[in-house]
Amino acid sequence: MQRDRATTIFEKGAAGRRAFVAPAVDVPEVDGAKLLPPAFRRDAEARLPEVSEPELVRHYVKLSRRNFDLDTGFYPLGSCTMKHNPRLHERVASLAGHSRLHPLQSPERAQGALELMYNLERALGEVSGLPHVSLQPSAGSHGELAGVLLTRAFHEDRGQVRKKVLTPDTAHGTNPATVTMAGFEVVKVGTNEDGGVDLDDLRAKADETVACLMLTNPNTLGVFDPNITEIAKIVHDVGATLYYDGANLNAIMGKARPGDMGFDIVHFNLHKSFTQPHGGGGPGSGPIAVSERMKPYLMNPRIVKADDGSFDLDDHGYEKSIGRLRGFQGNYGCFVRSYAYICSLGAEGLTDASETAVLNANYLLAKLKALGVLDHLPLAFGEVCMHEFVLSGSPMKRDLGIKTLDLAKRLLDHGYHPPTVYFPLLVDEALLVEPTETETKETLDGFAEALAAILTEAGTDPLIAQNAPYTTPVRRLDEAAAAKRPVIRQPLPA
Amino acid sequence: MTDADLAEMLSAIGVSSIQELFDRQIPADVRLGRPLDLPAGLPEQEVYAHLRDLAARNVSAEDEITFLGAGMYDHYVPAVIDMLLGRSEFLTPYTPYQPEVSQGNLQAMFEYQTAISELTGLPVSNASVYEGPSAVASAGYLARLANGKPKFVVSRGLHPHSRETLATYAHGFGAEVVEVPLKDGVTDHEAWAAAIDGDTGAVFFQQPNFLGAVEDAAALSAAAKDSPAVVVGQYDPIPLGILKPPGECGVDVCVGEGQALGNRLDFGGPSFGFFAATEAYLRRMPGRIAGETVDADGRRGFVLTLQTREQHIRREKATSNICTAQALNALAGVVYLSWLGRQGLVELGELLLQRTHYAREQLVALDGVAALHEQPVVREFAVSLEGVDVAAVIRRCQDAGVNPGYALGREYDEFPDGLLVALTEQRSKADIDRLVEVLGAAVAAERGATVGASA
Repeated sequence: MQRDRATTIFEKGAAGRRAFVAPAVDVPEVDGAKLLPPAFRRDAEARLPEVSEPELVRHYVKLSRRNFDLDTGFYPLGSCTMKHNPRLHERVASLAGHSRLHPLQSPERAQGALELMYNLERALGEVSGLPHVSLQPSAGSHGELAGVLLTRAFHEDRGQVRKKVLTPDTAHGTNPATVTMAGFEVVKVGTNEDGGVDLDDLRAKADETVACLMLTNPNTLGVFDPNITEIAKIVHDVGATLYYDGANLNAIMGKARPGDMGFDIVHFNLHKSFTQPHGGGGPGSGPIAVSERMKPYLMNPRIVKADDGSFDLDDHGYEKSIGRLRGFQGNYGCFVRSYAYICSLGAEGLTDASETAVLNANYLLAKLKALGVLDHLPLAFGEVCMHEFVLSGSPMKRDLGIKTLDLAKRLLDHGYHPPTVYFPLLVDEALLVEPTETETKETLDGFAEALAAILTEAGTDPLIAQNAPYTTPVRRLDEAAAAKRPVIRQPLPA
Repeated sequence: MTDADLAEMLSAIGVSSIQELFDRQIPADVRLGRPLDLPAGLPEQEVYAHLRDLAARNVSAEDEITFLGAGMYDHYVPAVIDMLLGRSEFLTPYTPYQPEVSQGNLQAMFEYQTAISELTGLPVSNASVYEGPSAVASAGYLARLANGKPKFVVSRGLHPHSRETLATYAHGFGAEVVEVPLKDGVTDHEAWAAAIDGDTGAVFFQQPNFLGAVEDAAALSAAAKDSPAVVVGQYDPIPLGILKPPGECGVDVCVGEGQALGNRLDFGGPSFGFFAATEAYLRRMPGRIAGETVDADGRRGFVLTLQTREQHIRREKATSNICTAQALNALAGVVYLSWLGRQGLVELGELLLQRTHYAREQLVALDGVAALHEQPVVREFAVSLEGVDVAAVIRRCQDAGVNPGYALGREYDEFPDGLLVALTEQRSKADIDRLVEVLGAAVAAERGATVGASA
């Protein structure tokens, strides 16, 4: 990766230099002051960069070379499913009929797009076992908000005010954040020693004031909760809804369905299970699927199919809709990619993907055990796992003097993106590993050997890991200084 | 995976089949005992052909001369953006939680924040949110956390999708939306001032507003100065090359739809929402922020900063639930602004000002077409088709290869015969002249049809 001093685009170029050539003013020109009164006009120009196209290209290509990416390296990143992004998807999403389609184009002139969305809804409904789907949410966390607002509408419709939402202590941070944002109170539910929901704690907290339980299954410990039908019963018996955080759906496609487990609402992360590239933090897409009783509250507009096979957008399709969560129809560009993925894999391929994801995770675990890595980084829960597993770096820290963060930074020197660190919160020095189905045995072996090598090295000299990384564009960064006196923009000359 | 790999891996785990791994973990009563009811998988070329066929059944901006805007605009996306965003190092990386190997993304975020600050005249910017309307709703949540007041005052000039999204979010966190009507094409100042009081948590307007009219943003902001309200302006970023920046108009939080900045239409997304604010709201902003720092060797570097605002640190106390935002789309935004450059953005704004004015003059000169308002317009304007069926006029124009714009009656009962016409640098004088010709004929034909029907 590129190593040189960082200069921003604002520090490059020269006054008057440019890439853009404006089209000529081809209409009869009128004095601009008459068209826009001076009081509404900008006095000083925005100090945007002034660079030529070659400078522009070079700058951003150089920046790109200071990034780690999935196409050149392995991301065993728990709870985030960083699997291969087929390039066919970029090609089809770039077709003008998809990419230059205006969102307000009338439905009869957007039939292909509506059909694609309709088909995608049906496929997601089948995978989740919950038939009614809205593609609108822009990310998993946005889908969560939709789900919790749906729950609010569901209870309000029954004349009930319910204040609490239960979230396990293993939950993603988005769950409690969403709950608060939707005006509910977060109540934590504990985890039992097998890594599942503590049923006694759940029973104690589940009462008529509870609106919903939000659950990931398999959860962030890589554990599929064997008590799921009992959990669903406890929650439903008090009239609450059961929400499925779909972050880990990649483990169970074609093997088990949230709808069959008793969930009322599920969100999908198209950028996880359905191969939308992560883009350095987005775009994502977070469709939701719901059961029959939650259907009336879904977001409008609804895609409807007429008897003649034509498609339409119905602004009032769901009669008790919570409303809209964003502009237009959602992240359609992501729908195109995920739909292409589903077409490519089909029923069998999606099932194979989950099987291989689980195989790879368990193989990696076995390999780490064989190499002695688990002696220093034991598995936090269970013996086998679903598609991901959590190790605890606590013994490593005690015996070898390096923290999970040090291990992660040293992995960078070995050419691997580190697994998720310090999450889930209930595991001390947590390392959450998810290899995904698109990695080969050789890659998994290489990663396991790198972990083993770092531990061996730390046994001799912990300073090496403590001061890592060494080979990256910058060394370990001072995050505390950045937060203490935030510099969040390039200072510019007047 | 090869059979040899499979055998070796199963043996290492100590199971005889993959199914055994599932059987050991998933209880029998929730296992799906059948294949998914989905079509069989297809080879790559067949998937391509299928997606191409679907694309061919849409009428895109390549297939007609389009004046459709109303929140998303058919600007030219320069080739450098496709090339840069297609690079795997920008397309496929994870969120930059490991800053040492994410300097490219982190620096791009820092540059993006700088560009948005410059554009808006506000000192702090985050690194993007989902899109325009949800950015408006996020600003509402910021206000809710900041002052807890239960009433949001919203101009009817705010995009209908923004108003609806705000109402959806606000119902969750317990705020009520009160709408202020338009008068002569802009927010009714008297009604606006009268609606704002000590219970007002935030006020929302759009610049230019949904009818394309330039609002007196400074006056709208000033009306809220004696209330606790956070002043939120949703801005179109392109006219900001020539319009007074929100930071100089008393706006506290400026949000907007970033699609026009180098992003494709994509039938509505993905694009990005921008979010900038005064210094006072820095620690209440949603989403991610990149900050400058140094590494162990004293070299300049960038990290995610002020993360205690975020959901993965503070969970239920976070200032938003946003996790995945729109980093790649925001990158397109900063590349686009750099491509335009300091002068280019101004020239683009002036070009749109001239063309919008010309198009409006030509259209209102037609029989049966009148201005819906006389306010200054920069890139979009509304006309009235005086009692004819707007949908029918639009269909006639489309049959002639021109999409004349958006039927305002779809969202505004008060403008049943309104048509909203949008310009970009891609619509030349010749295109405008063609619109005038086609729309004139369509209106005449509809009026004839209407007269005929009533006779």
